Amino acid sequence: MDLRYSTDEIAFRDRLRSWLGEVLPTLPLEPDRDDWEARRTYDTQWQRLLYDAGYAGLDWAADAGGRGASPTEHLIFLEESERAGAPYVGVNFVGLLHAGPTINACGTDEQKRHHLPRILTGEEVWCQGFSEPDAGSDLASLQTRAVRDGDHYAVTGQKIWTSHAQVADYCELLVRTDPDAPKHEGITWLIMPMDLPGIEVRPLKTIAGSDEFSEVFLDDVRIPVTNRVGDENDGWRVTMVTLSFERGTAFVSEMIQSRILLSDLAKLCRNLPHGSGSAWEDAGVRRELGHLAALFDALWALTKRNVTQATRDGIPGIGGSVFKLAYAEARHRLGDLAMGLLGDAGLTLDDLGDLPTAQHVRGWLHAISISIAAGTSQIQRNIVGERILGLPKEPRRA
Amino acid sequence: MNFDLDDDERALQQGIRELCRGRVTSERIRNAADTGGVDRGLFRELGEAGVFALTIPDEDGGLGLGATHAVVVFEELGRALVSGPIVATHLAATLGVEGAADGTTVVTSAQHDSPTGVAHLDGCDRLVLVGGEHLQRVDADLVGEAAVPVNRPLDPLTPLHRVSALPDGDILGDADSVAEWRRRGQLLTSALLLGNALGSLELATLYAKQREQFGRPIGSFQAVKHVLADALTRAEVARAAVYAAACHLDDPDLGDVDAALAGAALLAADAAIKNGKTSIQVHGGMGFTWEVDAHLYLKRAMVLAAAIGGVAANEERMAETL
Repeated sequence: MDLRYSTDEIAFRDRLRSWLGEVLPTLPLEPDRDDWEARRTYDTQWQRLLYDAGYAGLDWAADAGGRGASPTEHLIFLEESERAGAPYVGVNFVGLLHAGPTINACGTDEQKRHHLPRILTGEEVWCQGFSEPDAGSDLASLQTRAVRDGDHYAVTGQKIWTSHAQVADYCELLVRTDPDAPKHEGITWLIMPMDLPGIEVRPLKTIAGSDEFSEVFLDDVRIPVTNRVGDENDGWRVTMVTLSFERGTAFVSEMIQSRILLSDLAKLCRNLPHGSGSAWEDAGVRRELGHLAALFDALWALTKRNVTQATRDGIPGIGGSVFKLAYAEARHRLGDLAMGLLGDAGLTLDDLGDLPTAQHVRGWLHAISISIAAGTSQIQRNIVGERILGLPKEPRRA
Repeated sequence: MNFDLDDDERALQQGIRELCRGRVTSERIRNAADTGGVDRGLFRELGEAGVFALTIPDEDGGLGLGATHAVVVFEELGRALVSGPIVATHLAATLGVEGAADGTTVVTSAQHDSPTGVAHLDGCDRLVLVGGEHLQRVDADLVGEAAVPVNRPLDPLTPLHRVSALPDGDILGDADSVAEWRRRGQLLTSALLLGNALGSLELATLYAKQREQFGRPIGSFQAVKHVLADALTRAEVARAAVYAAACHLDDPDLGDVDAALAGAALLAADAAIKNGKTSIQVHGGMGFTWEVDAHLYLKRAMVLAAAIGGVAANEERMAETL
């Protein structure tokens, strides 16, 4: 085992670092969190800059217009970008991480020609229509119905947790084409243009006060059959292909942010009144901070381990579930520690007084989402228990 | 970057696993309780397998391997619950204490400042006093006068003596070698703790697959499955920390070596203790009996956690980095 980077990897890091140093000072101010049109413009302009500099689709295969970079280079890219304060992937997330690679793997030549270059340059924004009100952890039970009508599908149903739906051009949509087949065998993967008649987007306000997600209502939306990716009723396999693009790098940016948040909390503790002194003088507080420092360092090492295994095997291990369980737990601990110390400053999402406290309140709320999004911690424990430890499954309905 | 076992490390892991699989039976572990916790036959076999000479340079007759290899080996020893002062004997071999490298001389250690509890004294030939300005070597039988056996040690396989004073011995090394002894000891003990955490998990997982209640293996119930998934998660996080610490010790340019060691030690100790308790819980009433091995893992975890200075002290050390 070796944690050292190769000469090529170091050169890649140096080039990237110097490019970020040049380009970041030229960016406009980050838009308001709730101004979605402005966020789309900001995020897609950044994507264009990445494209022009040769960093777009770093992890995409070369035949898809990507760079075919190794998972380690992708790790370096995400680490350096976050440390330098570069824009997050933002509204480009679904296109770059899900839709693009899926179309490249399972789409027609025409679909590839049309969508892949536009995703890479930031011209196309995508959203995801997978989950439904009655199909969350049990995604394959989804009910949104698509009925074939000549060269179109007529689609009716409801999707939920659809990020960036307000500003997306396309939606990767899972629909049920055969209601009589076993649940995994009657699903189809469609490209849905978001400007078709019959689509209504209703933003959902989260406990953090943002409207990141939407509900998407579909009423007899007519989608051309040529927009199907993969065969009819083969959508579950196509979806699994999508999931296999993860290379252990999903939480790199969050990990960097978490370590910074922890350091900031430690600094804050030195100025935070607590008993007769500061919070830092409390050995219990210091020990919890120290424990979290060990945890986040270990999770960073675990990320490198998962990336190494993805590089070697070409497919992600189930190490991702282990990572996500531990990461969610660590973020809950960090948030709870902060909120236990903040007193009245924990009761507002703005800084109260002169100390930078609000980021810890936001961090605490964010932590609550981590153990739910992208597979709840309970589902992750089932995966770890059954696929790694080999424990028998609970009996479940087919 | 290649942060996983390479072919050599994997072969080493397999070799030690095979050796322990045949040799360290539950019965043999229990018999060791009557011999000061040291199975001399096994120590010689470990010696032949190179366990104590791993990191001795080639030119001095060792295997010339690094800390990354050593943690892989000690993880396996911890997993198999190998008893006796394996860390002290390994470190003593590195310092050239005669007979330690091949396992014919068994060496334990004691802290110079507070030599209260000394483990495995009856089963040892030599004792290394760690602390002050020096490392010192003392013959174990010279300690006997001032040593009183503890009647009921927590871990039946780690017998203890209460020692009020220790004689001066031959000087083995200076203050730098004291620091190096502690660093390497911390890492290898963390690796034992990692293996211990995995051993508890394996024992409990096996039981959860076999034991049936309500007409099904108890491991099919999420209530049981989820505590085992958490146990695996703790062990894998600890593994990443222990392996990273080994890389740091081999290549200090990677960053703060002492912080890496402290983080690894506290996460491995935390995982071993919690997994030990989880294992007993999953075994139910049988887990609370002497005859099931589950308690041996937990009690060993407590011994090893004390050897790394406790979780709290390492948390304080980590807080210093913030």
